[in-house]
Amino acid sequence: MNEQGDGEPTPESTALAEQPRDARAASAKRPRRRVSVVGVLGELLITAGVLVLLFLGWQQWLGDIIEGHQLYGQSVHQSQQWIKEAGPTKAPVDPADPAAPPVITASLSTGKVFGYLYVPRFGSDYARPIAQGTALSVLNKGNLGHYATTQMPGAVGNFMVASHRKAYGGDLEHINNLRVGDHIFVGTADGWYQYSFRNLQFVTPTDVAVLDPVPDQPGLQPGDRIITLQSCNPFFSTAERIMAYGTFDKFYPIAGGPPAEIAATVTGKS
Amino acid sequence: MYAALWRALPGPWWTRLLIVLVLVAAVLSVLVLWVFPWIGELVAPQDVTVAPGA
Repeated sequence: MNEQGDGEPTPESTALAEQPRDARAASAKRPRRRVSVVGVLGELLITAGVLVLLFLGWQQWLGDIIEGHQLYGQSVHQSQQWIKEAGPTKAPVDPADPAAPPVITASLSTGKVFGYLYVPRFGSDYARPIAQGTALSVLNKGNLGHYATTQMPGAVGNFMVASHRKAYGGDLEHINNLRVGDHIFVGTADGWYQYSFRNLQFVTPTDVAVLDPVPDQPGLQPGDRIITLQSCNPFFSTAERIMAYGTFDKFYPIAGGPPAEIAATVTGKS
Repeated sequence: MYAALWRALPGPWWTRLLIVLVLVAAVLSVLVLWVFPWIGELVAPQDVTVAPGA
């Protein structure tokens, strides 16, 4: 490689005579070009810092947008399948009350997605899966988790779901934007349950009385069909819990198609 | 390190810039689509439910 190493005199010996000057010129440049340990370490640390900032940007902003799109696509796919497979409308649970909506009676395994939440106030592309159980393994997949000890959609009592306020889909980021009368829909294989938002409540994380069939009224016999959406409060904190209550309005059987208010959202056709 | 990478790239400066932009876009995509969601599962688990106090 090195011409000097050959030791053979060549016609280029005149070039060799100029070699010291070239070497000097090269050594004058070298300090700027040399890859130093400190330099590489510094660049790696800067890179690490940038990666952390990128992660935070993803977690607090971009990630929820991407996951929201994925979850919405998933909901459209599942809803179309449910509509296609729609069998005869299920008989109401209570024969004495024919107006009562059907209620899921099958026992569901943890993590099983059995419905989707639609809230027009949260946007026309808002649809989030509702899965059984409130373990982090369920919630961190972007699901709203159903407290297994509470009732199912349409049942007399309290249908309660929890979700992250931000990150992991940020399902209930805008829970504080609900206004009295806003419709909240739960779509299942049977149809769509329509609830109307009534009020917000703030409690401490250990206040389990809100899980009762009549929230905050332990032991009271339920008469109403209630939905409770629950998340963290204040924003960016887990110090408190925020709850949004809604009362049941009506049921739309799957065979009749989705209610007009969310038809475009459910089917993905705008 | 990055200066050495820049010199290692072939072609005139605008070709190098194009290659760098493509590389950066590829790295960002991998991070956002796979690496960050995976890390998100591991770090700072936040309890959002109501449960009896310990």
